[in-house]
Amino acid sequence: MEKDSTLIKGGDYGGIRIRDAGKYVLLIVLVAICIALAMTTPRFFTVQNLMIIVTQVSINALLAFGVTFVIITGGIDLSIGSIVAVTGVVAASFAHPDTYPVIVPIGVGLLAGLLFGAFNGFVVTRTKVPPFIVTLGTMTIGRGLALILSKGRPVSNLSDSFNFIGGGKVLGVPTLIIILVVFFVVCTVILKKTVIGRYMYAVGGNEQAAKASGIQLSTVKMIVYTLCGGLAALAGILLTSRITTGQPNAGAGFELDAIAAAIIGGTSTAGGAGTMTGTLLGALLIGVISNGLDLLNVTSYYQQVVMGIIIIGAVVLDSLKHTKNG
Amino acid sequence: MNSHQDYILQVRGLTKTFAGVVALDNVQLNIRKGEVHALMGENGAGKSTLMKLLIGLLKPDSGEISFEGTDLTTSHVREVMKRGISMIHQEMQVVPELTVAQNIFLGREANGKLFSWLNDRNLTERAGQLLKQMGVNIRPDSQMKYLSVAQMQMVEIAKAISNNARVIIMDEPTSALSDKEVATLFGLISDLKQKGVAIIYISHKMEEIFTIADTITVLRDGKYMATKPAAEFDIHTLITMMVGREIDTLFPVSTTRPGKEVLSVRQLCRKGKFSDISFDVYEGEILGIAGLMGAGRTEVASAIYGLDPADSGELYIKGEKVSINAPQDAIGHGIGYVSEDRKKFGFIPHLSVRENITLASLPKYAKGGVVQAKSESETANVMMADLKIKASSSAQPVKQLSGGNQQKVVIGKILLSSPSIIILDEPTRGIDIGAKAEIYKLINQLKETGTAIILISSELPELLGMSDRILVLAKGHQTAVLSAREATQETIMHYAMEV
Repeated sequence: MEKDSTLIKGGDYGGIRIRDAGKYVLLIVLVAICIALAMTTPRFFTVQNLMIIVTQVSINALLAFGVTFVIITGGIDLSIGSIVAVTGVVAASFAHPDTYPVIVPIGVGLLAGLLFGAFNGFVVTRTKVPPFIVTLGTMTIGRGLALILSKGRPVSNLSDSFNFIGGGKVLGVPTLIIILVVFFVVCTVILKKTVIGRYMYAVGGNEQAAKASGIQLSTVKMIVYTLCGGLAALAGILLTSRITTGQPNAGAGFELDAIAAAIIGGTSTAGGAGTMTGTLLGALLIGVISNGLDLLNVTSYYQQVVMGIIIIGAVVLDSLKHTKNG
Repeated sequence: MNSHQDYILQVRGLTKTFAGVVALDNVQLNIRKGEVHALMGENGAGKSTLMKLLIGLLKPDSGEISFEGTDLTTSHVREVMKRGISMIHQEMQVVPELTVAQNIFLGREANGKLFSWLNDRNLTERAGQLLKQMGVNIRPDSQMKYLSVAQMQMVEIAKAISNNARVIIMDEPTSALSDKEVATLFGLISDLKQKGVAIIYISHKMEEIFTIADTITVLRDGKYMATKPAAEFDIHTLITMMVGREIDTLFPVSTTRPGKEVLSVRQLCRKGKFSDISFDVYEGEILGIAGLMGAGRTEVASAIYGLDPADSGELYIKGEKVSINAPQDAIGHGIGYVSEDRKKFGFIPHLSVRENITLASLPKYAKGGVVQAKSESETANVMMADLKIKASSSAQPVKQLSGGNQQKVVIGKILLSSPSIIILDEPTRGIDIGAKAEIYKLINQLKETGTAIILISSELPELLGMSDRILVLAKGHQTAVLSAREATQETIMHYAMEV
């Protein structure tokens, strides 16, 4: 049987290269900004300052990893800032000196975050309410819970071993950086190398096709929101440990920084596309710019304006990239 | 003559209701190994519901589905696929950001276990071999979004084959394919037949059915009508059975004689698309435009309408020279355009029938910027009645209507601006035969009121049945203007193939 040769064309490899190029653009921008800062202020390019940046970035990056999973499936999670507060307060309550071994506050905190995330997933999959609304609701619920559990007061007097998790150093490297690297690798592997990761892309890329391929949409979404809750809990525990207090007001607005990092990193808000590398670069870019503006004595008011412009700019760039490939 | 063992798939007494409305009523279907079995019926006859039940996307109220002796009545999609029934959906069910290989094996990467490792290199290799066996040259590692519709379809077929499918359901597989691609698809289908794979084939294109089908089952209004070898049907008996009444007057007879010249096109050119196009359209006349894919039919139409203006050439309306650089200019000169892609250009799905109908002429029904609800809905109701639009009320969202009724809404919107020239680009694409007949009647009524009509169509019987004259294009050139008397399928094809 003779097959039509018109079908042969278009086995085009270009797309993959263009997507990679998108990632490099972000890397190049990041490096360029770093070089510019290094040339303008001698305080920027020091080991100490770079460590500070990565440490500051790490909590936002962990949240951004979680929300990247969610956005890839076509959802959104606005409650992660509140999860930071709830899990921080919960962990702190079990972290007073001479009470429980340090594994208990970590375990309880993580469990609280996973449950919170699972609740998001449950409501999103069982009702037809859009994730934006569901997590807007749970964001408020979470904030309320954190205030209830802490009776509105910071939970302080935490054990040294607990404070070490987010504030210590191992061989001179801050623990936060080590944890960031570990979870960056873990999240990348989940997304790129496992079946569930593939399903996240499929669900976000074309829900109908995923369903027709026998993929259980609700299971995938459930897992994604739970995972996001877990990562937010990790961020909450680390923040609590670093500031040595469980603050019921901690994490307010964190969700927006995390979403911004994911979007700057090329995660498509329509779902179906995004990488952890992009998200990490996005978080680093935000961190470097705000650090640089600090060093240049730009007031934080202006910093917010700059950050907003960067977010919009990143999305415009991304959409240009897409229309070019049409 | 045939024992039950011949059947690979048997459906008995299948019934499905949605919120009290019976979609399928005691339907049967028997599919033999290695046959192409056409499933025919108008839109709303229950074909898609039956298919969704077959592949486990819906569960029946009663009845049974047995496949190779196993009961599949209540099985889930994954189970059904594993057993060997796959469906190629009309609206391609692919994930654009993933690669060809990743799409082919989607849902079965590690037997679908959620927490296991992926081996993309292995998937890509297997996909490559599979596509090679099929004789299709598509790179397994290219992203799906860079493929043409025909290529995506080949990938979907590859997916079904890799799934060891013994029954493949194809829903309108040729609706977006060129003739050449259709030939490739048919070649592939006959390969599959020889391997004993059964194909359930759904299409509105009659010629196609008689070319490819071995057996035909007809459904009407959710009920089973008959199953017979294709050879025992002809177009007439098949249509009669589908529609439940005789449609020998598919194309209405018109008595009007063309009047004064309304639109004249002179030496119209657009670089790379068409050149030197000249024709006239008269009052109360239907000018058909024929041509193969890529001949430039739609391009000429969108130039006249100002969507993609021509580079050179002249347009005259009622003898006066006009310049049309944007659709507003065309509308101002009384030109209406019904696009071939009604989903994209035709209507706004979430809005109601009324809102869609009045969309293009809303200022007429507003005072000081406030829409006058009463006059708006009166107008919409009159139009609905005139065009026989079937909707629960004028407030029903257009997305809930059948394709034929959606098309009528689009035509209604154009009519409301009372154009003197209407361009209809593939007005009956994807519409069932009953609704087609109504649209033809409507076109004829317009003609009788003196509207000049340009009808672009890929279906030759439609052009021959409706047009007073037919302009034939080939590769962007005008090769003939045939009168109704001269035009036959053969003469049109002759001029359409001319270089």
